[in-house]
Amino acid sequence: MSDRLELNKNLAQMLKGGVIMDVTTPEQAKIAEAAGACAVMALERIPADIRAAGGVSRMSDPKMIKGIQNAVSIPVMAKCRIGHFAEAQILQAIEIDYIDESEVLSPADDKYHIDKTKFDVPFVCGAKDLGEALRRINEGASMIRTKGEPGTGDVVQAVRHMRMMQSEIRRIGSMAEDELYETAKSLAVPFELVKFVHDNKKLPVVNFAAGGVATPADAALMMQLGAEGVFVGSGIFKSGNPEKRAAAIVKAVTNFNDAKLLAELSEDLGEAMVGINEQEIALLMAERGK
Amino acid sequence: MTIGVLALQGAFIEHERMLAQLGADSFEIRQLKDIDRHMDGLIIPGGESTVQGKLLRELGLLQPLTEQIKSGLPVFGTCAGLILLAKKIDGGEAPHIAVIDITAKRNAYGRQLGSFAANAEFKGLGVIPMTFIRAPYISETSGAEILAEVDGKAVAARQGNILVTAFHPELTSDLSVHRYFLGIAAENSSKANSAEIAV
Repeated sequence: MSDRLELNKNLAQMLKGGVIMDVTTPEQAKIAEAAGACAVMALERIPADIRAAGGVSRMSDPKMIKGIQNAVSIPVMAKCRIGHFAEAQILQAIEIDYIDESEVLSPADDKYHIDKTKFDVPFVCGAKDLGEALRRINEGASMIRTKGEPGTGDVVQAVRHMRMMQSEIRRIGSMAEDELYETAKSLAVPFELVKFVHDNKKLPVVNFAAGGVATPADAALMMQLGAEGVFVGSGIFKSGNPEKRAAAIVKAVTNFNDAKLLAELSEDLGEAMVGINEQEIALLMAERGK
Repeated sequence: MTIGVLALQGAFIEHERMLAQLGADSFEIRQLKDIDRHMDGLIIPGGESTVQGKLLRELGLLQPLTEQIKSGLPVFGTCAGLILLAKKIDGGEAPHIAVIDITAKRNAYGRQLGSFAANAEFKGLGVIPMTFIRAPYISETSGAEILAEVDGKAVAARQGNILVTAFHPELTSDLSVHRYFLGIAAENSSKANSAEIAV
């Protein structure tokens, strides 16, 4: 394994137990950092607005991303379209800390993901199940997140994806070794990755929850289901009191098992993002890139 | 030997695994009630110093942990842990636990593309592998002894019961720095025991 891939997996390890927040301006980035974000995701429009605006959604303006890089001392991530390796090259050129090859943006390639092994900067990718996660890891992703359903404020899909991954990991963990070959075939991933999951009962990289997390309780739910940290997108800056909600979600992730503390954290947060239910949306972003 | 591991955010599990391999017990510190029990030493892991510093304050842990360290509790901080323990932080960020006489330069090697692995001499331990992730280095020291340097920059230091490294021994398979820290903790508890007997 190359040094670079190892160092990139290591950065994800440092983010564990933390909250990565979507921000669209340097001011929001500063609010997120002050509220305790362990990293920020710089993007022009948060997923809820992307969903509302429709049309083709692309990588953000590098100038806007650089503004955010200059505003904070924590790691800055940015999104490129699935398969759009030129956007990824641009993000690497401005020394982004992590690239999210994301289904939130319009896919640029309906067949191939980016060959992430060709890059020095790390990539995080979304996954609905173990097969998707391992395929992205095989392509060079050094961090995985659930896809969830971004921009909805509805946590149901993130829960479904996390439960699916964890249950498949448990299933593979309990298999006889000679059964792993067939599993590798059915998941369309290399045997070595399935063997790693079997031996270690976890993914070979850090796994965060993302998509629809809107409250401290949502964050605690995802952590108890096995997430190693959470991404919060629209949930913060679409809510009544972003500072307070952001800080409460950060604390909820640290003490996700303490219901008493979670009760205190959930008080007086103002209005949560309104959200839309899964049945009410026309576009399922989680179906992009498999 | 029981070591408390600050588990507010970051790579604390990696430290717990190193301790387990060395036969030491550990427990996680996530809130004030977790430090009711005795510990022979404390580890502050890598992660983001801004996040851990904020949570230390808001969960009421900053003052009691600072007092314990000042009265001799052995502590080992890696990366963000080094920043949290430093008396001065380059760039104006307010210091946190502020117990070791060093100045920490945050993100001293730049962004993730500047992260690197090296092998270098650690005083008394020989050449060991060192992993630097968006790491700080020690830009100045007044009272602390420098234990390791990479490219002319100080990356590990000790002052009495306080040990800091800019790199992450917990991300390698080399146990020597953790063993060194457990040595400091063992020395301290035997001192404490003999003091009790003397009383």
